[in-house]
Amino acid sequence: MTTTPTAPQHAPQVNDAHLNPLARFIRATELDTRMLGMVGALLMIWLGFHLYGVLVNGNGVFLTPRNLWNLSVQTAVTGIMATGMVLVIITRNIDLSVGSIVGFTGMVMGILQVNILPQYLGLGHPMIWVITAITGLIVGALIGAFHGWLIAYRAIPSFIVTLGGLLVWRGAAFLTADGKTISPVDPTFALLGGGPYGAIGSTGSWIVGILGCIAIIWILMRARVARRKHQFALRPMWAEATLAALTCGALIGAVLVVNAYPWPIGIVKTYAAANGLTADPATIFISHGFAIPVMILAAVAIAMTILMTRTRFGRYVFAIGGNPEAAALAGINTRWMTLKIFSLMGMLSGLAAVVASARLNSATNALGDLEELYVIASAVVGGTSLAGGVGTIYGAIIGTLVIQSLQTGMVLIGYGDGSYRKIVVGIALVLAVYLDILYRKKIK
Amino acid sequence: MANSGTPLVELRDISIAFGGIKAVDHVSIDLYAGEVVGLLGHNGAGKSTLIKCLSGAYKADSGQILINGKEVEIKNPRDARAQNIETIYQTLALADNLDAASNLFLGRELVSPLGFVDDSAMEAETRKILKRLNPNFRKFNVPVSALSGGQRQSVAIARAVYFNAKILIMDEPTAALGPQETNMVSELIQELKAQGLGIFLIEHDIHNVMKLCDRASVMKNGQLVGTVNVDEVTDEDILGMIILGKKPAKAA
Repeated sequence: MTTTPTAPQHAPQVNDAHLNPLARFIRATELDTRMLGMVGALLMIWLGFHLYGVLVNGNGVFLTPRNLWNLSVQTAVTGIMATGMVLVIITRNIDLSVGSIVGFTGMVMGILQVNILPQYLGLGHPMIWVITAITGLIVGALIGAFHGWLIAYRAIPSFIVTLGGLLVWRGAAFLTADGKTISPVDPTFALLGGGPYGAIGSTGSWIVGILGCIAIIWILMRARVARRKHQFALRPMWAEATLAALTCGALIGAVLVVNAYPWPIGIVKTYAAANGLTADPATIFISHGFAIPVMILAAVAIAMTILMTRTRFGRYVFAIGGNPEAAALAGINTRWMTLKIFSLMGMLSGLAAVVASARLNSATNALGDLEELYVIASAVVGGTSLAGGVGTIYGAIIGTLVIQSLQTGMVLIGYGDGSYRKIVVGIALVLAVYLDILYRKKIK
Repeated sequence: MANSGTPLVELRDISIAFGGIKAVDHVSIDLYAGEVVGLLGHNGAGKSTLIKCLSGAYKADSGQILINGKEVEIKNPRDARAQNIETIYQTLALADNLDAASNLFLGRELVSPLGFVDDSAMEAETRKILKRLNPNFRKFNVPVSALSGGQRQSVAIARAVYFNAKILIMDEPTAALGPQETNMVSELIQELKAQGLGIFLIEHDIHNVMKLCDRASVMKNGQLVGTVNVDEVTDEDILGMIILGKKPAKAA
C-alpha cells in the first residue's frame, strides 16, 4: 500500500536506460523520493548550521557527537507525539490538547510518585516508576478517549473539543498541586528522561545497532520472498544491496556518534569513586550510547509503523482519511475508530509526559506548553496532509528532527533568543508545506 | 420470465423519512435469482435511498427485508455483506488514497496467521479478478485517484463480484463511462445474471433498461408507481410511469 503517490512499490523492470543514473537508482530501489527530499533538507540544515558556526563564530558545534546526542533526546518528546498526530491528521482531525495532556498527566505522575506511592511502598521502591508510568499512559489514554467520544459520538468538531481540552487540562494541571513544582522525581523514573545514566552505554548501543541491521536485512529478504511467491517484479539485486547498505550504514553511523560522546568528567569522577576505580578520571572514557528516550521513540516509531502499514487498523485509518463515506460503506465503524485514534494520541501524550518530566526531573504545570504546535508542525513538515489520507510515521519523525534541528541550531549559532527561533520555525513550516504542494503538483 | 417460488429478496412496505420528508413511502419490491430488476425514477424519487436500506447504509424506519423468505435485520453495511449483498455505489465509494487491492479488500482484508494484512496476497488476487474484468488494467500500485473513470469503475465492480455476491445492487454503474466501458458492464451484468445472481439496477438510460432488465420498478416522490415486465411494455410506457406517475393499463 502506498501512502504517497510516488515510487510504485513494484516498478516494472522496463527499459530504463534513457534515465539518468539518479533516476535509475531511485526507480530500482523504489525509494520514496519525498522522503529522500526531506532527508536531504535535514542534512543541508545540519551542514548549514555547522558551516555558519565555522565561518562566522570560528567553531562549528552542530555536527559534534555531543550536539547530535542532545538533538536526539530533544526530538524524543515531540517525536513520540508526532507519530500519533499523523493518525489524527490523516483522518482529517486535529488535536490541540496534546501539550496540555502532557502537563496534566505529568502532574498526576509527579504527585503519584512523590507524594503518594512512597507512603505505601517506601521511598525508592523499584515498582514506583512502573506504576507511575503506566498510570500516566492510562490517564492520557482516558483523556484522549473522552475527547474522541465527544468528537465521534457527539459530532463536535475535533478543533473545538481539543481547543477546549487545551484550556481545561492546562488549568487542571495547575489545580492538581496549586501550581507548585514537584521535584525531584523517583530516581529510576528519572532515567527515562536520558542523561548520562539514562543511556544504554556503548555495548548496549552496539547490540541495538547489530540487531537493527539483522532486522533490516530480514525485512528486505522477506519482502523479496513474498514478491517472488506472487510473481511480482523483483528489485535488482544491486538495488537491494544498496538499500541494505544505506540503512544499516546509517544505523551503525548513529551508534558510532552516540558512542563518541563521553560522560562529562564530573559524572565520571562520581562514578569512579562509587565503583572504586583507581584510574585517573580524566583518562576514563565512558560512552553515553543511545539515550533511553531515544530508544523509547524508536520503539514507538516501529510499533506505530507496523500499526499503520501492516494492520487492519492502519488500513482503516487511511481509508477514513481518503473517503470517510466509503470507509463507512465498507463496514468500518468509523466512530469507534475515531475514538480509538484519539485515545492512542492521548496515550502517546502520556508517554511523552513520562519522558519530559523525567528529563526535567520534576513535574510542573507548564510541562508541554505550546508543544501541540510543534507536534502538529512536525507531522505536517513530515508530509502529513491536512486534507487527510496521506502521512507516514517516519516522515513525522524526520519532520520533528527538522524542527528540533532548527531550534537547536539557532541557539548554537548565537541566536538563542526565543523570538528568533519562533520566526525560523514558523517560516520553515510554511515553506515546507509550500514545497510539498509544488512537489505533489509536479508528480501528478 | 417465470418468477415463481420464494423471491431472493423482498422489501416489504419500506418507509424512511429525513427531517419530516418521506424519502421512501411504503414501498414494496422484490427480486428473484437470475433476474435484473431496474429501479427507475427522477432524481430524488427515492431509488438510491430505498436501495441503501438494503445495502445497510441507511436503516429503514419501518418495513421488512426478507432474504430467501426469511426476515433479516440489516443495521449496517457489515450486516448486508454477511447476507451476500454487494453494492456498487454511484459514487463508487473508493478511498482515493489507497491502491486497487486495498480498496477491493477494504473491510475484509486478507491477513496472515499473525493477523497482519497480507498485501502481496491481496494484490495477487486483485490482479486475477481484474484480469478477467478489465484486461487493460495495469495500475496496481498507485492510489485509485490516479485511475481513469472506467478503471475506477472496474475496481468498484471487482469488489462487488469478488466476494461471491448473491445479490448485487448497482447504482448507475455506467453513468461515468464511455461506450466501450458501458458495453463491458452490460456484458458483465448478463454474465452475472446467467450465474444466478439477482441484480437491482438503478439506471436512467431507458435503452439500457429495455436491454438489460427483466422487470422495472418505477418510483416517484418516494412512492412506488408500479412494477412491470419489461418485455410486455414499450419504452414510452415506462417513460410515462417515470414522468406522469401513471401505470400502463396492460402492466403486470
